[in-house]
Amino acid sequence: MPGYAERVKVFGIYIQGGPIGVVVTTGGIRRVIEFRAVTKRFEDGTIAVDELDLAVEAGTITVFVGPSGCGKTTSLRMVNRMIDPTSGTILVDGKDVLTVDPPTLRRGIGYVIQQAGLFPHRTVLDNIATVPLLSGWDRRKARTRAAELLEIVGLDSNFGKRYPAQLSGGQQQRVGVARALAADPPVLLMDEPFSAVDPVVREDLQNELLRLQAELDKTIVFVTHDIDEALKLGERVAVFQTGGHLAQYARPTELLAAPANDFVASFVGRDRGYRTLTFLHADVPVHPVTTAKLGERITVADWTLVVDEQNRPKGWLSGVDGEVEVNERDLISGGSLYDGSSLRGALDAALSSPSALGVVVDDAGAVTGVVRADDVIQALAKARAAGEVPK
Amino acid sequence: MGWLFDPANWSGSTGIPLRLLEHLGYTLLTLVIAALIAIPLGAFVGHTGKGGFVIVGLSNALRALPTTAVLILVVLWAGLGDFPVYVALVLLAIPPIMAGTYAGVRAVDPVTVDAARGVGMRESGVLLQVEIPNALPLIYGGFRGAALQVVATATIAAYTGAGGLGRLVFDGLALQDFGQMLAGAVLVALLAVLVDLGFAGLQKLTVSPGLRPVGTGGKR
Amino acid sequence: MTWIFENWERFWEVTGVHLRLSVVPVLIGFLLAIPFGWWASRSQRARAVLFPFANVLFTIPSIALIVITPVLIGVKILDEINVIVPLTVYTVALMIRSVADALSAVPGNVIAAANAMGFRPLRRFLTVDFPLALPVTIAGLRVATVSNISMVSVGALVGLGGYGQLFTEGYQTDHTEKVLAGLIGTVVLAVLADGLLLLIGRLLTPWARAGR
Repeated sequence: MPGYAERVKVFGIYIQGGPIGVVVTTGGIRRVIEFRAVTKRFEDGTIAVDELDLAVEAGTITVFVGPSGCGKTTSLRMVNRMIDPTSGTILVDGKDVLTVDPPTLRRGIGYVIQQAGLFPHRTVLDNIATVPLLSGWDRRKARTRAAELLEIVGLDSNFGKRYPAQLSGGQQQRVGVARALAADPPVLLMDEPFSAVDPVVREDLQNELLRLQAELDKTIVFVTHDIDEALKLGERVAVFQTGGHLAQYARPTELLAAPANDFVASFVGRDRGYRTLTFLHADVPVHPVTTAKLGERITVADWTLVVDEQNRPKGWLSGVDGEVEVNERDLISGGSLYDGSSLRGALDAALSSPSALGVVVDDAGAVTGVVRADDVIQALAKARAAGEVPK
Repeated sequence: MGWLFDPANWSGSTGIPLRLLEHLGYTLLTLVIAALIAIPLGAFVGHTGKGGFVIVGLSNALRALPTTAVLILVVLWAGLGDFPVYVALVLLAIPPIMAGTYAGVRAVDPVTVDAARGVGMRESGVLLQVEIPNALPLIYGGFRGAALQVVATATIAAYTGAGGLGRLVFDGLALQDFGQMLAGAVLVALLAVLVDLGFAGLQKLTVSPGLRPVGTGGKR
Repeated sequence: MTWIFENWERFWEVTGVHLRLSVVPVLIGFLLAIPFGWWASRSQRARAVLFPFANVLFTIPSIALIVITPVLIGVKILDEINVIVPLTVYTVALMIRSVADALSAVPGNVIAAANAMGFRPLRRFLTVDFPLALPVTIAGLRVATVSNISMVSVGALVGLGGYGQLFTEGYQTDHTEKVLAGLIGTVVLAVLADGLLLLIGRLLTPWARAGR
């Protein structure tokens, strides 16, 4: 069946709320988590984290990314004392974590882990209410709060009575996030939370997290081994190198434009030039396009875009001689859609389209025109000339 | 089967109901004592992860201990009565309960335990609120295994003159009364099935529905 | 312990009887359990019948089974067969479950690969399924052997041989040393048999520890 794949899924580049590339003055920034010369050496002698110095700013998503064994998870787990450092100091809100009793510390910090780690013997609602109950809330208040959170993470209220085993992986992870948010902690630690779910669900969860963060404005530390996830979610990204070294700590755009060393360059990937486009917004000229509806009789001159009653794209028509009736059978399936988000979306729409014309849609999904790849390249050149792309 | 259905055998101080009650009494008190010893030990070792080999070794050694010999030794040492019966049966019941508890606590998904600590539970909370509830199916497994063994083995208590359904077997043996022996055997087996059904019901009531393996439409 | 050395010949003799009465049922019971266990591993329905039946067999007290067996199969009460049959019954009951669990635990992709390479069923069972099921099977066999060695003594309560004779004689003559000698013999025999099976298991399944 020809036609566009479901819009949400094809088209995954959403940019988080808040301006990108704002210059921040260090004076106005509150450091919520600080690592000072933190080293972790395990009993077998391996050094997991080596002299880590790093500060996490309030209200940001900071991503720790790197290959396995680079110390990113160990660093995260030292924040809520799941692991204690061998030397160095970790401050949360200015307070040395080693001076706080671990359970008390952890109740004030949200923690989300891979595969959610829900308690299988408790209902979803009771899972979410765990921390409020541990902190001494009364049962009724804790349950009301849990029900609220279920809604916040986008789950229907009838999920509350179910057990974790009755949920899909993605739903379990939503409950995991709700549980971490229950006592409204200012800091959220997320340890590869989305790596065990399939790519489509992962993307949903990532978008949901960005939406939540825009609303809740938490300080989030997020660990992943997936550079795409890191670039998508992180306002600041810390790239860890094998052996527990922090290789670079920067904004995604800087990381792509100016990798600190060969390791970062290779980890960020060969197509980082293309990835940079994700963070660029520029006006790309939108050209008009010939459209037709199903059942109409038309003469096909060149590529014709077939749309439905709401003007949403269904597919392309080409290579038909003379006057024909537009028929679903003859449609050539289309590529991704461009909704004005970033240059990457525009370029991808053009490159993936059978007509080499990227379909541009508005918020309702209706066609407004097409973009060409060479226009995108020109827009990029302009942006570069204006100094928007760091060298 | 005539002996079993003869009304004369269903009353008095040597009647079947009394023997059944005695047998049930040995079984239940034995299980309570054994559980009080074995569950805390198994749970503690399972939780800390240290000394697991001691639990396994101790379980195996106790399993090899012939109950008859233990019973006789304690009788020779402490005299006739119910005390030797309890010593022998408790030693019999400890290994399966301890092994089940240990295995159950060890088998709890490490991710779940990590999450329990991560949300700020203290060690006692991790054990009591997360590990033990999740270990319950295996704890019940060990406990019900122990119950079956205790019901069956309580029979030999009668060899040293104690009560219970074993009286029918040993008295029958002495009198060459096959009907009485058979009645004893059948009643013990019946009691074992009933006791197991009782604990199965208790298990259903106390184990979280979230841990039921199949039939709830769960994924995973 | 002195009793054992002073009465070495007697001790050695009851050890022999005890060993025979416990090992023979393990061997027969194991062989009988293989086809049933295989059946239970393949059919949900077989399992629904065999497992509860095996459980009920377990609930029959050994002393009762020992005194009933002669009447059921028509031999005298003082015949070794009266211990061998009940212990075989228990072994079968225990090993059906072990064999079934062991075979069910063989990874499906290995079986699929064997089928894809063209193994016929019997050959696949003997050269793929069964060897891979050995670790779990042997674990079951160890439990069966140890519990049999401990249970043989019950036969002495009706006058049959083995260490149990030392228990009953010791009880009747108020001779603690003699009971203790039998108890030590039983435990040592059980530990040795258990260790031997563990060793055999390791020799037969070198791959099981290769990954460690």
